[in-house]
Amino acid sequence: MTSTQPHHSERIHHQVALHVLVNELKTCLPDSAIIAEPEALRPYECDGLSAYRCLPWLVVLPATVAQVQHCVRCCYRHGVPIVARGAGTGLAGGALPLDNGVLLSLVRLNRILDIDSANRLARVEPGVRNLAISQAAASHGLYYAPDPSSQIACTIGGNVAENSGGVHCLKYGLTTHNILQLDIITMDGELVTIGSHGLDGPGLDLLALMTGSEGMLGIVVAVTVKLLPLPEQVQVVLAAFDDVEQAGLAVAEIIAAGLIPAGLEMMDKATIKAAEDFIHAGYPEDAEAILLCELDGSAAQVDEELELAVALLAGSGASHISIAKSEQERKRLWAGRKAAFPAIGRLSPDYYCMDGTIPRRFLATVLKGIAELSEHYGLAVANVFHAGDGNLHPLILYNADLPGDLQKAEQFGGDILKLSIAVGGTISGEHGVGIEKINHMCMQFSTQELTQFHAIKRAFDGRGLLNPGKAIPTLSRCAEFGAMHVHHGQLPHPGIDRF
Amino acid sequence: MDSRDQTLFLQEAVQAALDSGTPLNLVGGGSKAFYGRPAVGAPLSLNQHQGIINYHPSELVMTARAGTKLADIEQTLAEHRQMLAFEPPHFADTATLGGAIACGLSGPRRPFTGSARDVVLGCKIINGKAEVLSFGGEVMKNVAGYDVSRLMVGAMGCLGLLLDISIKVLPKPDLTAGTCFELTASAALRAMTTLSRQSLPLSGLSYDGRLLYARFSGYESAVRAALQKVGGDTPGSADFWQDLNEQRHAFFQTDSTLWRLAVPPATPELAVPGEWLFDWGGGLRWLTSNAPALKIFAAAGLARGHAVQFRAQDRTGDCFQPLTGKLQQLNRSVKQAFDPDGIFNPNRMYQDW
Ligand SMILES: Cc1cc2nc3c(=O)[nH]c(=O)nc-3n(C[C@H](O)[C@H](O)[C@H](O)COP(=O)(O)OP(=O)(O)OC[C@H]3O[C@@H](n4cnc5c(N)ncnc54)[C@H](O)[C@@H]3O)c2cc1C
Repeated sequence: MTSTQPHHSERIHHQVALHVLVNELKTCLPDSAIIAEPEALRPYECDGLSAYRCLPWLVVLPATVAQVQHCVRCCYRHGVPIVARGAGTGLAGGALPLDNGVLLSLVRLNRILDIDSANRLARVEPGVRNLAISQAAASHGLYYAPDPSSQIACTIGGNVAENSGGVHCLKYGLTTHNILQLDIITMDGELVTIGSHGLDGPGLDLLALMTGSEGMLGIVVAVTVKLLPLPEQVQVVLAAFDDVEQAGLAVAEIIAAGLIPAGLEMMDKATIKAAEDFIHAGYPEDAEAILLCELDGSAAQVDEELELAVALLAGSGASHISIAKSEQERKRLWAGRKAAFPAIGRLSPDYYCMDGTIPRRFLATVLKGIAELSEHYGLAVANVFHAGDGNLHPLILYNADLPGDLQKAEQFGGDILKLSIAVGGTISGEHGVGIEKINHMCMQFSTQELTQFHAIKRAFDGRGLLNPGKAIPTLSRCAEFGAMHVHHGQLPHPGIDRF
Repeated sequence: MDSRDQTLFLQEAVQAALDSGTPLNLVGGGSKAFYGRPAVGAPLSLNQHQGIINYHPSELVMTARAGTKLADIEQTLAEHRQMLAFEPPHFADTATLGGAIACGLSGPRRPFTGSARDVVLGCKIINGKAEVLSFGGEVMKNVAGYDVSRLMVGAMGCLGLLLDISIKVLPKPDLTAGTCFELTASAALRAMTTLSRQSLPLSGLSYDGRLLYARFSGYESAVRAALQKVGGDTPGSADFWQDLNEQRHAFFQTDSTLWRLAVPPATPELAVPGEWLFDWGGGLRWLTSNAPALKIFAAAGLARGHAVQFRAQDRTGDCFQPLTGKLQQLNRSVKQAFDPDGIFNPNRMYQDW
């Protein structure tokens, strides 16, 4: 497989020799924190979007903030670009390395610095895994709400960089709603605290800007997250439907009725089958779609909501409704959902996960559109997604070993994104743009808007050394992309240089 | 075209200001003119740019022009049993959505249902180059590009002129009811911590120096169960929360300077002389005091929070927590990234920009 390179307009050139940089790094970093041998570099060549790969020039694994700072300063001095990496579960190629840059892994900064139960907050290093925070807070009766399906592996630093969501974001918000303060290291090596331990911070809301900035503005070295009291009661309702569109309509009905469940997730037939075979969650395999609707809060509140949810689901044509009878059953129902991606991974050699988000009233329409595109391209698709938020995750099944299949999958994906934009949605709800959707940014934003993004980038990283070639396309990339668009009358392939 | 859409007119006004090098003082309803450092520049009124552009109750989303009155928005929402959950204070009937977002102030419900910045989903702005730009959108989740929409919240109009704003709205609860307890300040802080750590349908938690007020919102049975669980007395005034949010409560009737401190909620009482009122379960502290500004900024900073001089006779010094070092530099650079010529609300937030 050829290596994915940044667009020529986004490539950073520098003259420093590898051994020179390594020697400078070694003044503050142990040998074990520096990886330069090709075989040892291999595990870092891609993130969760494995269709895009590039062997990094150098991997650095600092274990302290001072070591991060030293590494950043060395790179800054020589004009060497840096790509930050958490657990590498990102699905948009945000942590794709550069063949002339440093891949800065934050996984060794993995300490929980403080759990302050009176103030309901936790201060943690960026390499702490998402789930580890809730586990550590549990003995205080608290938890961290955003729960990406990858939560056993993904890091809080990666969550901040992607503004990740999860099943419970419908009621509790995304990462951006659940963090209070960040310590970042800017590309010139300065340590800056952004936000505060209060509910808002001093000056401009740079915390908002940092969240979801995909490692382009600064390296996150500490995060203060908000913790919430564990709910007194939690219940989940499973509703089966004979028709996918009907399930989509049911979602809109629930929200319209003023009920905001803690989570409202949808799985289609293909996903139900895959998850059932893998986890035996107890899903009805004959259903065309299921909804999992979770309700949490005080006991009285959950009782009320449960009654309302069941009535709404029945009213919108569910063929079967059941309520988890025990905590084990509830956990099992969610286990199927959380394992849906790997379950589908068992069905198909490769899958390509999309992330468009649309106004909920168009769910049924867009699902139908996706089914039609699936026929058109001759590629199967499985849908499993955060329905309550209108955040779709169609998984396009393909086989990278079949010539042309990946390209077909990418075109199919591009068409889904176009469909999302056409109904007033966005190309990415929670996975980020990374390298994967960088060309599609040219569809969503005007030249002036992109120029404004570049100005923001310069305010933090004047020399453009942090994660170049990701998230925000250069105008020359868009010009090329746009020109090709007119010429061929269809979306060209992302990452042109690969072909 | 809708005659209340003033986009072109406003864009021309910004272009003219750029051409002539005249800084602008952006004015919505003028209800928060007291807030921040004194306005300078030629006033540019935004309150003609009115109207709700899009409202889908089933989507819990509304897009409105910045000059739309908060009162009009709240009335439209109420017709669909919905509300602005961040409870923006109005301070005058003229208050607009744009002003509420630019000042970024949120009411007593904030710790429980989110802030002004939390509900913003998208915005259309005019930047300092007189360009009309759109960011975010009307969907709940959107990570395409930097989150410029939320950056605008609390930026006091210094980064750009807000044209249209998309916000998330919430259903109105079936019932809202409260209780109160007579407590000392330190006991009140402890009680607020205890209550906040429980699974309760809280929608307000404040202490006015004598009484601790707890407010619950939700389904009737849930609110009743919560009231029964926590006990307490029935509050004398049903208007307490409204009076608190609009600063009509007796606490705010003072000639001293009014300060707003955002701190971690369980922070013990701060050693600054003056009168205190706690909101947000202890996370927001109102202080009336004539102590020197530096002392108050220092106390807030030490508590890992920050302070704002909210209402004062003399606003020529720092009103917002002073910034230093790289953070100050980043704030200035971001201002320059949006408004390189410094034409929007110069020095309204900080003395150096
Ligand atoms: C099976 C599966 C399920 C998933 N489910 C969800 C889901 O439900 N919701 C969701 O939102 N996402 C989901 N994801 C996507 C992914 O897990 C998230 O994007 C996650 O936040 C990435 O974290 P990470 O630690 O793996 O970051 P990485 O993939 O290593 O990095 C992601 C980005 O963050 C940057 N970055 C990482 N650490 C830092 C740091 N300390 N400072 C600055 N920048 C940094 C990188 O440069 C890169 O741009 C899923 C992925 C998989 C594989």
